[in-house]
Amino acid sequence: MAGTAALGQGLSTGSGFRRRRRIFRPELFLRGMSAGYVGLLIVLPIVAVSVRALGGGLGRIWSDLARPEALFSIELTFLIALLMIAVNSVMGTLTAWVLVRHRFPLRSVVNALIDLPFAVPTVVTGLMLVTLYGPRSAVGSFLSERGIEIVYAKPGIVLALLFVTFPFVVRAVQPVLMEMEPEMEEAAATLGAGRLTIFARVVIPSITPAVLTGAAQAFSRAIGEFGSVIVVAGNIPMKTQVAPVYIYGEIESYNPRGALGISVVLLLGSLAILVILNLIQRWGRRQDVRG
Amino acid sequence: MSADDTVPISTAETPAGFSGHAPGHPKSGGLNTGAFLTVLVLAWFALLVLFPLGAVVRGAFREGFTVFLAALSTPEAGHAFGLTLFITVISVIVNVFFGVAMSLVLARQRFPGVTLLSAIVDLPFAVSPVVAGFMFIILFGPEGWLGRWFEAGGIRIVFALPGMILVTMFVTLPFVTREVVPVLMEAGVEQEEAASTLGAGSRRTFRSVTLPTVRWGLSYGIALTTARALGEFGAVLVISGSIIRRTQTATLHIHQEFTDFDYEGAFSASLVLAAVSFFMLIAMELMRRRADERRG
Repeated sequence: MAGTAALGQGLSTGSGFRRRRRIFRPELFLRGMSAGYVGLLIVLPIVAVSVRALGGGLGRIWSDLARPEALFSIELTFLIALLMIAVNSVMGTLTAWVLVRHRFPLRSVVNALIDLPFAVPTVVTGLMLVTLYGPRSAVGSFLSERGIEIVYAKPGIVLALLFVTFPFVVRAVQPVLMEMEPEMEEAAATLGAGRLTIFARVVIPSITPAVLTGAAQAFSRAIGEFGSVIVVAGNIPMKTQVAPVYIYGEIESYNPRGALGISVVLLLGSLAILVILNLIQRWGRRQDVRG
Repeated sequence: MSADDTVPISTAETPAGFSGHAPGHPKSGGLNTGAFLTVLVLAWFALLVLFPLGAVVRGAFREGFTVFLAALSTPEAGHAFGLTLFITVISVIVNVFFGVAMSLVLARQRFPGVTLLSAIVDLPFAVSPVVAGFMFIILFGPEGWLGRWFEAGGIRIVFALPGMILVTMFVTLPFVTREVVPVLMEAGVEQEEAASTLGAGSRRTFRSVTLPTVRWGLSYGIALTTARALGEFGAVLVISGSIIRRTQTATLHIHQEFTDFDYEGAFSASLVLAAVSFFMLIAMELMRRRADERRG
């Protein structure tokens, strides 16, 4: 749909191109300014880090990454992020479904509060979880008597990531569900499809690109998350040290050299997710056209 | 409440929204399923989001309102909040200026590389804040490509205020552009063309046609930028060195109090930041509604 709009605009502006030039005479100036800003603030820092990392040679990066603490932190980061998107994809889709299809008291209040995790500073998120599940709290001491540790352990990281990424899937799926015509589902029901078949054949295919988009955004946020994780899980090597915390530790101990390799790995991860997101969106648009 | 026991429920029962009317399913029990799903989702949301938030509110007022106020009126807290406010204001101004310019370029201009530019603008959302801070240390540190120049001119960027402003600008860069571009795309160029046909210059057209069109999208972008700038922690922590009463922002202050076991101070400052963010959120929601209404 967005593709058609852009195309239409391209056609309509084509005829008025000469006039448009007069409206935005400083066209080239705007273009140069934007490219310059992005170049200075985004491209140059990334290039600088990459050049510095490669300056010591690939062997150097490899030996930095091969340290057990470094390997562990990367593994932990990606594993917990995967666990988080599995849970958030299901719960986020369900939340979107309930918000769109069901009426209940205070629905619009709940709908507004979904964005809350985006508004709460990450340090505050960490503090909240420590307050609720920490050793000084009622819940925390109840759980630790039964041998379940949340704060300064891996479950704390999972909770923090679930919190900060909660809105992504909900907000990606919600508009798609809202636009979905109930006629399709009703037609399927008239043709004798059971509810399970309807959900599997009609609902799931329509929302899959949106769920994947939300999940990819959540994943990208999760592998970079720092503030909430360092407060909730601390900085315990080989136990709770995720990649961003490892990088922070290396910088803190005046060893920026050791942070370079992992930083590049995280940057490559982010780039890969951006490319995947782009592919998902294209795939979703093609599905739109077919439907 | 794991993912595993929620999946079958959703697949088996979900089209409850209309199953009441669906022929051939007289005893579908749609209402019960709907109620069950609603309760499940609300419980999950309360457990994940509302309970932890309530814990901080309780923590801040546990010792009473006077202690809450006293914790906020220490010179360190005052300085930290002032610094956060200053950094936020500068970042918002700069990013609104460049964000609007960028949106005009991305929505109105066709040239080779415009897709790449659009993709690069999104990058700060994907980069870890710690990595962002680290990149700026590498670039603007005393040995960095640009840091060397500034150092020679006697200007400190890293471990000082300019660096903190730069990283905050970096992490909040995409918000304005992301909100304004779709509005510009949807509005099209007809009105701008009409204005120019009627003899308005490019500045006049921008002020009387383009700016009013993007007003709500821009406001939403500003709200998101502000909320993020107020709460930024990782990037600022890395580049500031967190020097108390010199480079300590509100979030760094909270972290410091927390690691010093001064929970009262940490809770109080957290509550203020969270409350400001919360009101930003309500304002954002209202703005989005206004924008949707205007778009029809």
